[in-house]
Amino acid sequence: MANLTLVQAINLALIQEMEKDDRVIILGEDVGKNGGVFRVTEGLWQRFGEKRVVDTPLAESGIIGTSIGLAMAGLRPIPEIQFEGFLGPAYDQLCSHAARMRARTRGAFTVPMVVRVPVGGGIHAPELHSDSPEAVYAHQPGIKVVMPSSPYDAKGLLISAIRDPDPVIFFEPKRIYRAFREEVPEDEYTVPIGKARVAAEGDDLTIVSWGASVIQCMNAIEASGRSIELIDLRTISPLDTETIAASVQKTGRCVVVHEAPKTCGMGSEVAARIMEHCFLHLEAPVQRVTGFDTIMPYYKLELEYLPDAKRIGKAIEEVLAY
Amino acid sequence: MPVKKVFETRIDHISILDEKGKFDEKLGKGLIPDKDAVRLYEHMLTCRHYDEIAFKLQRSGRMGTYPENRGQEATSLGAAYALRKNDWLVPCYRENAGLFWRGLPMEYVLLHWMGDERGNQIARELHMTPLAIPIGTQMLHATGLAWASKYRGEDGIACTFFGDGATSEGDFHEACNFAANLEIPVIFFCQNNGWAISVPARIQCSAPTVAQRGIAYGMETAQIDGNDIFAVVYAVKKAAERARKEKKPTFIEALTYRMGDHTTADDARRYRDEKELEMWKKRDPMVRLRAYLASRNLWSDKKEAAALDRAKEAVSAAVKRAEEIAAPDKADFFNSVYAELDEELIVQRDTMRTSSLGQNEDEVSEPVRSM
Repeated sequence: MANLTLVQAINLALIQEMEKDDRVIILGEDVGKNGGVFRVTEGLWQRFGEKRVVDTPLAESGIIGTSIGLAMAGLRPIPEIQFEGFLGPAYDQLCSHAARMRARTRGAFTVPMVVRVPVGGGIHAPELHSDSPEAVYAHQPGIKVVMPSSPYDAKGLLISAIRDPDPVIFFEPKRIYRAFREEVPEDEYTVPIGKARVAAEGDDLTIVSWGASVIQCMNAIEASGRSIELIDLRTISPLDTETIAASVQKTGRCVVVHEAPKTCGMGSEVAARIMEHCFLHLEAPVQRVTGFDTIMPYYKLELEYLPDAKRIGKAIEEVLAY
Repeated sequence: MPVKKVFETRIDHISILDEKGKFDEKLGKGLIPDKDAVRLYEHMLTCRHYDEIAFKLQRSGRMGTYPENRGQEATSLGAAYALRKNDWLVPCYRENAGLFWRGLPMEYVLLHWMGDERGNQIARELHMTPLAIPIGTQMLHATGLAWASKYRGEDGIACTFFGDGATSEGDFHEACNFAANLEIPVIFFCQNNGWAISVPARIQCSAPTVAQRGIAYGMETAQIDGNDIFAVVYAVKKAAERARKEKKPTFIEALTYRMGDHTTADDARRYRDEKELEMWKKRDPMVRLRAYLASRNLWSDKKEAAALDRAKEAVSAAVKRAEEIAAPDKADFFNSVYAELDEELIVQRDTMRTSSLGQNEDEVSEPVRSM
């Protein structure tokens, strides 16, 4: 069993699924000969050829629209959008078509496609390379949205996504692409979509988070010395209400952490569901530690924007003291 | 040499059977056998009648907004006739004639406009996608479908239809670009009917032709008289051969005319000149095809009357099937969101008429699990 980074785990998942199923095609800008700007598709073009790993024109709507056609024909395309900031041009194809095709045709046509998208801040990148739009797509019925925070989960979740009969947006937190390694089995395994992971058990407070923020939460928990349960959602939509509710019913207190802006971020949805399922168990209001309702700043100030262990630690103390 | 010509091109307009009934033997000979020409005309007659009935259904409150296809029968019909059964037809919403020729039951289109998704539940073997409402976005799907065919080493291609208005949308350009550069066997069939609701085609494209948009992407391009079914068949046959043999796309601009309003919610008299309509009535695809058949003693008033009777029967039966379809299950729109519903959706479906905190036993199919 190897110790892999997030990039390597995703690369491994792609190789294994492409070998297993020749309906799987990868397409996107720079994914072929160049191996992807983050090298996530490194070696695939060489291994599987230009018919299965395709360098497309520079056109996000085109990439997603043709992928929809490929999927409608029964293939399993895995288009890449190079950065989450460039999902904009593809929004229409994703929400007007990919999300809708099954419902529109009452199942006659479906779109089993996985859209891979690097997401999130913290890498000193130019504008529109550091955003977190997961809530935008969670709000669209008909697509699924996942975001692993670890190499093990990334491989399993990506394989589940590729095999899922519906369109899945697979967000890859670029800040932790190479941040750490983890044991990732060579053997085939899946991580189910729609199931959160209890990353740490505790009794006094529940933190719900996803993506690169999970690492910040772990640091905050360690620094606090408190008994805190950490839930890594792994899937943004559909939300694993059951796991969240079971935890908050136990602890009575919750902090939600995400990079995305506060208003209408997924933290709002988590808080609403906690209200529905855990109201009588709550000892304190759910608090959110999030990006601000501002445009993501250029990288000089990005650390002022991104939730860090210090801000999370403060929220932990406030909620515990309520 | 400081200034060197690096590119030059030319666009020809093709017309085989013109509005006066003149038929070019050189291009048109053998293109459509007599037997088929009769069937095609009869089909146009049925579609034209269908269109009239659909209009009446809307006006009488039995159907929602409907876009008349009137005047544009030759385009999609000629294409469907020229293509094979495993070639994808990717329409927008003025291609009834082609879709019905391919085998789409006529009630499906009615059901779509009656607000029933079952009108889009099209059998895969028909190789056609459902009517497309967002403008200019379906050509990318056609490109993907054709790409899949090429990927699998199959000989099926795709033919996608769109209007002059759609050529203003970004996705149109992206689809052309993908198809041309990645060598994907698609036929881009533009129905230039002169109008995008009330906006004339010159606002969508001020170049001398819309066809030259195809040349911009390096595609073989043709401009044809879209009301001449022979020209349509000629151009689509050529394009299909190129697609199958060379895996290259073709752009066809078919000049036609939207004889009706954009939809039943529109009134073209507000922005169109009556004289223009009168001019195009003379160019009606059915008028010239009827004249062609008559000139070869293949048609008569008696045949026309009999064909119209058959058309009325067929359309009437389709209307009946559409109107008598069982009402959809009230929770039907939940069931096709995903292949499998998650917990939250199941709860929403089971409590759809009640608040999430209370529950009216009469309104739910199954009690919700206690939280």
